Amino acid sequence: MTSSLGSPIRTRHRRVASEPLRAVLGLLMLGALTLAVAACSAPRARTAAAAPPPGAQLDRADVLWLDRVGFGIDTPELTRFERLGRARFLAEQLRSSAAALPAPIAAQIQSLAISHLNLPATLADLERERRAIRFMASGVERQQARQELNRQGNELAYQAMRRELLRAVYSPAQLKEQMVWFWLNHFSVHQYKGDLRWLVADYEERAIRPNALGHFRDLVLATLEHPAMLEYLDNRHNALGHVNENYARELMELHTLGVGAGYTQEDVEVLARVLTGVGINAGPAPRLRGELRALYVRRGVFEFNPARHDFSPKILLGARVQGRGLAEVENAVTLIVREPACAQFISRELATYFVADDPPPALVAAMARTFEETDGDIAAVLRTLFLSRELDTALGGKLKDPMRYVISAVRLAYDDRPISNARPLIGWLRALGEAPFDRQTPDGYPLTESSWSSPGQMSRRFEIARAIGRGNDHLFDSEDQTIPRTAGFPQLSSRLYFATVEPYLAPRTRATLGQAESAPEWNTFLLASPELNYE
Amino acid sequence: MSETITRRRLLTLAASSLATCGVAGRLYAAPAQGPRFLLVFLRGGYDATNALVPFSSSFYYEARPHIAIARPDPAAVSGALALDADWALAPALRDTLGALYARGEVAFVPFAGTDDLSRSHFETQDSIELGQPSGTAHDYRSGFLGRLVSALASGQSPPPPPIAFTDALPLAFEGPIEVPNLSLRDGGAPPFDARESQLLAAMYAGRPLESAVASGLELRQQVAAAMAAEMRAASRNAINTKGFELQAERMARLMSGTYRIGFVDVGGWDTHVNEGAQEGALAANLSGLGRGLTTFASALGSEEWRNTVVVVLSEFGRTFRENGDRGTDHGHGTVYWVLGGAVRGGRIAGEQVRVARATLFQDRDWPVLNDYRGLLGGLFRALWGLSSARCQQVFPQTTPLDLGLV
Repeated sequence: MTSSLGSPIRTRHRRVASEPLRAVLGLLMLGALTLAVAACSAPRARTAAAAPPPGAQLDRADVLWLDRVGFGIDTPELTRFERLGRARFLAEQLRSSAAALPAPIAAQIQSLAISHLNLPATLADLERERRAIRFMASGVERQQARQELNRQGNELAYQAMRRELLRAVYSPAQLKEQMVWFWLNHFSVHQYKGDLRWLVADYEERAIRPNALGHFRDLVLATLEHPAMLEYLDNRHNALGHVNENYARELMELHTLGVGAGYTQEDVEVLARVLTGVGINAGPAPRLRGELRALYVRRGVFEFNPARHDFSPKILLGARVQGRGLAEVENAVTLIVREPACAQFISRELATYFVADDPPPALVAAMARTFEETDGDIAAVLRTLFLSRELDTALGGKLKDPMRYVISAVRLAYDDRPISNARPLIGWLRALGEAPFDRQTPDGYPLTESSWSSPGQMSRRFEIARAIGRGNDHLFDSEDQTIPRTAGFPQLSSRLYFATVEPYLAPRTRATLGQAESAPEWNTFLLASPELNYE
Repeated sequence: MSETITRRRLLTLAASSLATCGVAGRLYAAPAQGPRFLLVFLRGGYDATNALVPFSSSFYYEARPHIAIARPDPAAVSGALALDADWALAPALRDTLGALYARGEVAFVPFAGTDDLSRSHFETQDSIELGQPSGTAHDYRSGFLGRLVSALASGQSPPPPPIAFTDALPLAFEGPIEVPNLSLRDGGAPPFDARESQLLAAMYAGRPLESAVASGLELRQQVAAAMAAEMRAASRNAINTKGFELQAERMARLMSGTYRIGFVDVGGWDTHVNEGAQEGALAANLSGLGRGLTTFASALGSEEWRNTVVVVLSEFGRTFRENGDRGTDHGHGTVYWVLGGAVRGGRIAGEQVRVARATLFQDRDWPVLNDYRGLLGGLFRALWGLSSARCQQVFPQTTPLDLGLV
């Protein structure tokens, strides 16, 4: 039994097998699965003996805890955790400098245009091209120029999604990846508004990622100064005499304080006036007079234009906003993020995402205390969360959202084996309604279960489980999809499976697995099971 | 109602009714009580002027030198079909909507639309689906169909079961009550057979998602059954149905059973370039739409069709004049279609104005004389006998229009 179970595990890294060999392998796997199914109903000792290497079973609470820290366990993460244990593993995950991506994935990302994009030059080109099209006579040529520009935008946005998903699947810094995803969603932007398709890759790379585990105030300011946010929430149009409140309102309602935190419509109007002049400029700097020139700020395409700013004195949240020009903006943000409501709101959002739909108030209070004591140190707040008793109590009770479901399924199915084509991942997330940069509205994707558990969404999940389970998922096609590669169905009864999944399967799940008629079907049932849909 | 029936409870109710009747049972069981409503959203802004043609207007022919539809010829059996002295139906709709019109089962409401003037697809589709009073900040958690479902739920009885035939839940259905969604666009083999579905569902027995999983799988089974019926029909009629027609057949099967309030969207109407006239891109799209709607009617059967109202709408009309690319750009007023076996159709309904340059809105578009909120609010009131308070719940600050359509 041990040897036949072992053989598919030894062969699972084979990429392409010849036809006859694949047939033999298929039979072997079938045999292995039948045995695995048999092992499910067998006493624990026999199962452990079947799982190489012996004694590699992880405690259930640790499995579920690890599932919450990252996007689902893979072998490198399991190995690391076994060596370090919870506290040291967490400390390592909270350090921003966690281990690098596997070389093939790093190389894939390095080969993308977005990895070498000069944003100011790209936006200047885009503006030039738009102007040229405006002056072209209508006809085929103009139509083609439009389509080409559209294609370019789609490609850049696709690359941004691809990079985001590759990192989620393969980065050893799993907690950081979860936080990048969390903040991308918290400071949500939609790729199909204005020129955002050209901006989203940079938004993730320069605004969100460097601050994902840093101080909350820096993160807010990084999003505030990024053209993606300034375009998405219209602050680029916000100027003295033409006030646009859109961003000011969402900055308090969605990004920092939460609705009902006690700020007033007047506060929104004041903050909008604070934000006048904060915008985007991909062209030459405006000509300004003496004192105004000293207050002008330009960083890349971010611009603070004092000629558009309202310099009148302002009272925000009951306090006088200090400073002039951009300093006033920074001081206003400091004022907002130091409100107790901000610590409370951000802690609650984090706890909703990581712990439970309705997180325990005691935990939220403890996290908020940490937030206030550390001046918004995100890593410190997460330490409070991940070492809390409340999290332990909640383990196993949270439905994975589509992102966590899809990424965890791919991590279990293919482990650290690098995929070559990310389009299926995006397709699945689109079908489930949670693809990166696809949320139209600024509130970001919902954090609670009810938004992801409709009947249609559950059956969609099972179809995705089926695609992965049967190896019919095109993840190993060439990126341009010209070379389809059949990878065969994944070998799910791996060491990873025996260490983290098999011991904790519920009787009903075992019963269903026991009635699978083929290995792909067994895979499908496993990936569709409650054990892999909850964490 | 949200106090008495939560989403979870509704889902449980819906699911338990599923569980008791089974696949065949539900498909062919006696239908639930009450009227049936389907909203067909044409995304992209269809060119209403070339669907319902104002052929008595010489300005129409001046404004569209390349893409105007030729005047109807009373003697011909093809070409545009005159509906009255002023309006004709595009040739692409002649055999489908034309036949329904002759039976009095469709009314057209020209000069319909919204007061949203952004002329942006994104903004206008959203504002229509949300259906909130203009000039207020959008609440993206509340769509007008969602509010309709809430308004129809009272006391202990669940509302007419809603369903969206889309990949993602449309904004129109946002609200406190959970709405199942499933796109019927994809064909292909059903993903799971009955044995697999049962084994999958068994894993969730006794868990909170038991009902969602069961009804999700059940829905797929129903679609699979609907598709098997299609294949039988296809081999008999030798008609290769595709696109919207195929979806319409499946929608009819699902809506003849449990589901009473449906939503579907159809894309591809943004005809800026080479729109065509008698034939071409728009004609092909209209033709598929027309076939789909008649398929929906016939698949329901005449008795159930009498109990059904379908509204076809789009976010805006297009420019009255053709542009330099033999297409049309984003405009304003459009034509809504109201169909059903008991609809008082065979007429052009609602407030109207003579089509001429002087009556254009901003010298470029059809004006809006029939606000969509009033129009739909009036229909809902008549269909379900909604009280004024319930009407206000669906479309706040709106007076329902009585066009006598149902």
